[in-house]
Amino acid sequence: MSDILFIEGGRVIDPASGTDGVRTVVIRDGRIAEVAERVERPRDARAVDARGRWVTPGFVDLHVHLREPGQEYKETVETGARAAVAGGFTSVCAMPNTRPVNDNASVTELVLARAAAAGLARVYPVGAISKGSEGQELAEYGELAAAGCVALSDDGRPVASSALMRRALEYARAFDLPLTVHEEDLGLVGKGVMHEGAASTRLGLKGIPAAAEEVMVLRDLALVELTGGRLHVAHVSTRGAVRAVREAKRRGLAVTAEVTPHHLALRDEDVAASGYSTDFKMNPPLRSAEDVAACREGLADGTLDAIATDHAPHSAVEKDLEFDAAANGIVGLETAFAVCLALARAGAFGERRLVEALTSGPARIFGLPGGTLARGADADVAVLDPAAEWTVDPARFRSKSRNSPWKGRRMAGRCVMTVVGGRVVHEEVGGER
Amino acid sequence: MNAQEIDRAVKRLGRELAERARESGVARDLAIVGIRRGGVFLAGRLRAELGAALGAEPPVGTLDIALYRDDLAEKGVAPVVGPTEITFPVSGKTVVLVDDVLYTGRTVRAALDELVDFGRPRRVWLAVLVDRGGRELPIAADFAGARLEVAEGDDVQVRLRESGVPEDRVVVKPRRAP
Amino acid sequence: MIGRHKHCLALADFSKEEILEVLDLAVSMKEVLRRPIKKVPSLRGKTVVNLFFEASTRTRSSFEIAAKVLSADALNWTASSSSVTKGETLVDTAKNLEAMRPDVLVIRHSAGGAPGLVAEHVACAVVSAGDGAHEHPSQGLLDCFTLRERLGSLAGKTVTIVGDVSHSRVARSDLFALTKLGARVRLCGPPTMIPAGIETLGATVHHRLKDAVEGADALVMLRIQHERIGDPLIPGTREYSKVWGLNAKKAADWLLPHCVILHPGPINRGVELAPEVADGPRSVILDQVENGVAVRMAILYLLAGGVHGAGAGVGAGGEAGRAQ
Repeated sequence: MSDILFIEGGRVIDPASGTDGVRTVVIRDGRIAEVAERVERPRDARAVDARGRWVTPGFVDLHVHLREPGQEYKETVETGARAAVAGGFTSVCAMPNTRPVNDNASVTELVLARAAAAGLARVYPVGAISKGSEGQELAEYGELAAAGCVALSDDGRPVASSALMRRALEYARAFDLPLTVHEEDLGLVGKGVMHEGAASTRLGLKGIPAAAEEVMVLRDLALVELTGGRLHVAHVSTRGAVRAVREAKRRGLAVTAEVTPHHLALRDEDVAASGYSTDFKMNPPLRSAEDVAACREGLADGTLDAIATDHAPHSAVEKDLEFDAAANGIVGLETAFAVCLALARAGAFGERRLVEALTSGPARIFGLPGGTLARGADADVAVLDPAAEWTVDPARFRSKSRNSPWKGRRMAGRCVMTVVGGRVVHEEVGGER
Repeated sequence: MNAQEIDRAVKRLGRELAERARESGVARDLAIVGIRRGGVFLAGRLRAELGAALGAEPPVGTLDIALYRDDLAEKGVAPVVGPTEITFPVSGKTVVLVDDVLYTGRTVRAALDELVDFGRPRRVWLAVLVDRGGRELPIAADFAGARLEVAEGDDVQVRLRESGVPEDRVVVKPRRAP
Repeated sequence: MIGRHKHCLALADFSKEEILEVLDLAVSMKEVLRRPIKKVPSLRGKTVVNLFFEASTRTRSSFEIAAKVLSADALNWTASSSSVTKGETLVDTAKNLEAMRPDVLVIRHSAGGAPGLVAEHVACAVVSAGDGAHEHPSQGLLDCFTLRERLGSLAGKTVTIVGDVSHSRVARSDLFALTKLGARVRLCGPPTMIPAGIETLGATVHHRLKDAVEGADALVMLRIQHERIGDPLIPGTREYSKVWGLNAKKAADWLLPHCVILHPGPINRGVELAPEVADGPRSVILDQVENGVAVRMAILYLLAGGVHGAGAGVGAGGEAGRAQ
């Protein structure tokens, strides 16, 4: 295997450097050696024909659930990393709601060790905000930072106590760690299982009002103002939250936000259309048409900085149940590009913006290396075929889990090659899948 | 059969019924029950005939046998159920069951099963306009307006004025080849 | 219903013609219930299994009687006496029962969509006896039957539903069926009990009882339960009864002379209905009970009479009847 990769003929989209055009990318010794229009092919280089394809920095996903340690039957660090590179993601941030919760160095080190052994996507652990994510006591952020955590979260749950949230934002400043927060007011959520609206009324399912997300976003923005901490709002789904983040940024607050592909593409009516399919049940739930439109606008105008999948694997044990009883979450690493590309093609946002939201945008928020094709940067690259058509077949996912709302759908856009640190970790040969 | 033949047959049925009723002493205990749908109009006509012959019209009821069919398992779809109306007590009466065509006998069997769920008639007479043979059960008409010999695959249809056609007819249609 | 639906899961799935078909058939079924011998052999040899995950004596008994009048065998299976307490999932329970070859599964469950989930996994016909706050199709049909008996055609008639609409599957089924039959539906209750977006389903919303019942041809009063813990929707039943309860004076002052009163039962006497109204001349509550058996007979007959399963004849495949 050659140490030199010569990727030629592709449309290189690198928002970090402002590049969008046909270029050749040369990778040498695990780093980006050159990105230029005319480059002579070195001897011993492995040539990759990228004509008709996009060549971008490897995608960075700020929000995935890898389920290891504790729930390896749904996913492991390795299978999750494999799913990631198959989807074009070279870096993922692993949420701490494992069993046990990642509130200490041991779990952090376990995750990093598993990721190194897999040798696929880079995995950046996210540590817990509170011990056990119970929402009572601060976790040891110093230990978590030293062990390798890049952010803090109690994801899966909100930080219900305003007092604790305040202290968390303040204390994290010492270690320069952002808090990525799952925003919902549990009292307003109640026993809700889908967005509160005409669809939930028709289906007779208990609803979660959009206000449940908005009130907590507003609370935490006020706390950011009080403490000077760094807030990243996870999986924004409502127009109220988009509006609040936009206004806060205008005022100069240190807030960033992410949105999932499914909150850009699907809505509450899709739950009804699916006939109570639990592949459409997640938290935050799929929202109204107005909320979806606001999220798309928010992504287009930069209010929402990144697309993050919230990849949440579950097995049939958790999903093959009546809607009320099923677990929340869907997998997303392997369908994210196709879903978002379709939206870009429909005009929701531009293609360059799409790539930015998957690369430099997220990398910047957590201060991660990657998300760029600058000379000297780690060679984390994705080669994507935007025209390749395929049918989503969860049985063929690299992820262990199958819970996807796009099962059986025909999509366009696939990652055909992924490079991490100069090594090809994913490659597709042949035509359509 | 044409309209005249049908009219003669109905009148004869009426006469025979009245005679037998008088002979058996049950002229005052008669009741007519028409089997839906073919027997309903015929039952009405017989009521008129018997009324003229006996001086008083016997009560008339209607029986829909859909809920008593024996071929539900083969039918494929649940057959449409029409109204059953028996407003007089059945026990002790001499019930004249009326249908337009007697063929396999299964409809009459179902009607008998249903009838006895309403009470215990003293006796039951079966009166039909057309007996076309082809019995699959041991059932016989006590009174038949006409006996027709038709091929097994043929369909015998009785169309009476009350249903809206211009005149009474009995039509024999060969069943269309599958 | 004939030929298109394999299951009876939601009135939202049925056309006006299909609803009328059931109501017309129920007329004949009611006649059978008035005979000296209340039995017809139509479903002889068929088995109807009542799979009730929520306690309900009246609906379950109604289905049981309906099955027996049609000469089917009826079996009752309630959650407390079952493997659910041992942690068996809904699908596993249904499949286990199905292995005993029932012809119809009648299911009541607290989760919306649960009967539909079962229908995806079994070969026999499935009837929903109520799923969460979603639908209670046989109740909706028997309410329409009762209204039609008293009011004639429902096109253009006004029916007011009063109570906790947000938690009521009866309200939804009534709403779907009545609007399809051309009636105008009004909903009335405290704002906390009227769910989001209900106007999109074709109803008008009122918070004042007087406005809601004036000019109405019929009222459907829903049962009120006051949960003190969790998320209470009203301060208590005392105030509810004063503001939205129906007593003899309000009935006399506000209702049209022919206006009838329905209630799915069981009644909270003194809360949504004063006793003298519940027992009074306008009340058709007992008719509802009798009609319930007739309507359920009609549903069982249409789903179990004849060949079904293996796609033969009845139903355009299992999906056609699945709840939305």
